[in-house]
This record gives sequence, structure tokens and C-alpha cells, in this order.
Amino acid sequence: MEKLISEFSIGLFFWQTIIFIALILLLKKFAWKPILDSVNEREQGIKDALLSAEKAREEMASLQSDNELTLKKARVERDTLLKEAREIKQKLIDDAKSEAKNEASKIIAQAKEAIQNEKNSAIVDLKNQMADLSVGIAEKVLQSKMSEDKAQMNLVKELIKDVTLK
Amino acid sequence: MNKQRHLAFTILIFFFGLTIGRSSTSVLEKDKNLKQDVKSEIKEYINHHLKDSHSFSITSYKDEKTGKTVYIELPLPVILYDNGLKFFWSSALKHGKKVVASGGNFYKLEYHDSKIYKTDKDGTITYDSDHHPLNEKPLDFSITKNIATILLVSIMMLLLFVSLAKSFKQNKGISKGMGRFFEPIILYIRDEIAIPNIGEKKYRNYMSFLLTVFFFIWFLNMLGLTPLGVNVTGNIAVTFSLALLTFIITNVTANKNYWGHIFWMPGVPVLIKIILAPIELLGVFIKPFSLLIRLYANIQAGHIVLMSLIGLMFVFQNWVGSSLSFGLAFFISIIEILVALLQAYIFTMLSALYFGFAVAEHDEEH
Repeated sequence: MEKLISEFSIGLFFWQTIIFIALILLLKKFAWKPILDSVNEREQGIKDALLSAEKAREEMASLQSDNELTLKKARVERDTLLKEAREIKQKLIDDAKSEAKNEASKIIAQAKEAIQNEKNSAIVDLKNQMADLSVGIAEKVLQSKMSEDKAQMNLVKELIKDVTLK
Repeated sequence: MNKQRHLAFTILIFFFGLTIGRSSTSVLEKDKNLKQDVKSEIKEYINHHLKDSHSFSITSYKDEKTGKTVYIELPLPVILYDNGLKFFWSSALKHGKKVVASGGNFYKLEYHDSKIYKTDKDGTITYDSDHHPLNEKPLDFSITKNIATILLVSIMMLLLFVSLAKSFKQNKGISKGMGRFFEPIILYIRDEIAIPNIGEKKYRNYMSFLLTVFFFIWFLNMLGLTPLGVNVTGNIAVTFSLALLTFIITNVTANKNYWGHIFWMPGVPVLIKIILAPIELLGVFIKPFSLLIRLYANIQAGHIVLMSLIGLMFVFQNWVGSSLSFGLAFFISIIEILVALLQAYIFTMLSALYFGFAVAEHDEEH
């Protein structure tokens, strides 16, 4: 310890302190402040750039998702439109078919009715003609048969027989 | 022969083991008691190296013809305060062989402790029983070897970091060249030393001191490992000055909380508060004191070990021992490169820690 104190040089201490303080002040003004400032500026710049890049990325992502959504919607809409169109088409076909069927059955029914009517009138006509004809025939037969008495008698007898049998 | 060995030793430190020098062969013939001589010479050489010097000596040799020691050195200005400023060049002192007359007074350099004493016309220095000079010492403000080195490093740092700042500005905040190397270190001090210890809010005020002190100590430590043979950070006056600045900054910027924790520790019984106050107060001084001793002792010890190992080569005087101590010296000097950085880091780190204590905001009571 004594040796340390005896070795202590006041001159060296004095100069060292003055030079060192001057060095700190000079370096502060001309070196450390500009260096640290520019480093801070650079770091801030990098931070900002990263932030804006992140922002842009997010925007891009949201834009992309928007696009996708729109696309999806469009696809769904297209699908529904197609489906509707198909349904309408089917319905039209079905409607047409059923109408045609109805119409056809109606026509058939009408035709059937007309035929029936014709048939009936024909039958009535035929019946009338038959009655006329049979009356005529009967007249003729009767004219020829009733000329004989005997035959008349036989007929009467026969008729009576039928009556009694009944 | 002694001077030759002296020269060889200097050369060896200079080129670090490239040559063993001419002296080794001639000494082989000498008897054993010369070894003792070598040892004491090495010891003196190391002691001398560890001290500050009034001139920037590079090497010295003995002129064969005149028999005089010739020093190759840069003279430095000597400034004394002894009832007025006295100024002359260190070359006038002739390593303590000449008395310098300046302003009616006479001064002489005492070689063993490298200090200038006021003497009479003949340069008589009287010693006490422990070989300490009794002469009056003028206040010595000379630009010594250490101060010249400090100036050199300061100018180097100014040039380096101001140009770094300029290149930053020109390149829009991107470093170039040397900046690529120093920028990560600056950022490390900010992100790993200043911010974690002092806090995001207040670290800016301390950055200039921390950065300057880190690079100052580191560069001086590294310069101490070069063949220039300077020992600045291993000088107690330099480390005292650095630690004093840490001490002053800590206590000037300290907030109410810091003093509160020293004089009236919150959250403990009154009796313990009274006991703690002097201990804490002592801690205020011990913390920076440990800083100054740590740096001084580490660098001083490194220099002593390294130079002793180099000196061992001359003590052994054989191939095995000398190459062994060469290997060891090489290994230690690599370790010393690490220590140079480590001590700079520790000084900066602890300074930041103390600043952190001084400005800490204790929201919670504990």
C-alpha cells in the first residue's frame, strides 16, 4: 500500500483526468451521438419497414380472403341458378306432359262419348228399322198364313197354349 | 556484457522471441554467480518497465568504442511546478546523469524511482536508511511516456470514431470498413451492458462515458502488449482517475432512492437500519475502489508475469528451459490479449452496474 501511494504520480493523474474528460466530451459530440443516433434511426427504419410489410401482408391476406369469398359466393350463385334452371326445365316438361296427357284423355273421353252417342243413335236407328222390317215381314207372313182357317186355328191354339203355360 | 544482455532482452521483448541475442553465447563461459546478476538485472528491468518514464525509450545499447550507453528514445517535455512553471526536454536529464538548471533551480532524475528531485548545483541526492531520496520533490506535470501514450490513444480514438460517425452519416446508417468491426461492439455495450444495468429510460446519459471508457481501457491494454512497452492501465494514477470518474458520475446522478437505500434502508428494523448505514456508506467508496485496484492489479500482474517468463529464458541458458519459457510466455501473452478485453469489459460493466444502482426506481418496497 505504501509503495502504491509513493508510486502515485499526481502529474499523471492530473493529465489523465483532463485528457479523459476532454476525450469523453469530444467523442460524445463528434462520434457517439452521431453513431448512436444513426443506429437508432436505422433500427427505427427497420422496425417501421417490418411493420409496414406486416401490414401489407395482412392487407393482402384480407384481400385474398375477400376474393375467395366473392368467388365462393359467385360459385354458389351459379350453382343455385343452374339448379333452378334445371328445376324449371323439369317442371316445364312435367307440366307439358301432364297437360298433354290431360288433353289427350279429354279428347279420348270426348271421342268415346261421341262414339257412344253415334252407337246409341245407330242402335236406335237399327232398332227402328228392324221393327219396321219385322212388322213388314210379319205383315207379309201374316197375310200369307191367315188366309187359311186351319192355320189360323192352329195359331190361336198355339197362342192359347202359351198363355196357359205362362 | 551486462548491457549486451540488456539489449538482447529489449530486442526480445521487441520481436518477442525471434532472437535470443548475441549475449547468450558469451555468457555461457561465465561462472554461476553471474546468474544471480542476470536475475537482479531482469528484476530491475521489469521494475523499471512498470514505472512511468520521462522519455519514450525504444531501446539502448552500449557503444563499443566509447563505452557509453546510447539510448534510442523520443524526448518528452518536462513540466515542473516549483514556484512557477519550469519547462525543459527530458533529453536534458540524460537518465539521471546530468543536473538540469532551470529558472535558478537545479533538478535531477533519480533513476531508480524515475522521479525528478530538486538538488543543489552538483546534483547531490541524500537518501534515508531505506534508500528513499530525502530531497524536495517539485510538482511534476511532465508529459511522461504514459501521458504521451494516453494522448496517442485519445487521438487515435478521435480519428477512428469520428470517421466512423462520418461514414455512418454518408451511408445512411450502415457501417462500412472499420465500422463493421466496431459497430457490433458499440451495440453490444448498449444492448448488453448499458440497457440491462441502467434501464431503457436513462441509459442514454451514460453511453458516452461507458463507450469511451471501454475503448480507452481496451486500446491501452492492447498497446501495453505491444513492443512499445507501455504500462498505462497498470498504473495506479490512471486507474484511480478512471474509477474516480465512475464514483463522481454515480454519486452526482444518484436519485433520492439511492441515498435512501444507503442511509435509511427501507423495510428493515430500525436497529438494523442504524447498523447498515455505515456499511452502505463504506460500500459507496469500496465499489469504485475495487474498480481501480482490479484493473491496476490485473494489468500490472500480466506485465510482470509476461516479462518474468521472457526473463527466464536468460536465466535458464539452455535449449529446453528457454524454449519452455518461450512457449509459456507465448501462451501467457495470448491470455493477456483476452485479459485486455476482459478487464475493459469488466470495468465498463461494473461502472454501468453502479450507475444502475444510482438511478434505479424502486416501486416496490423491500
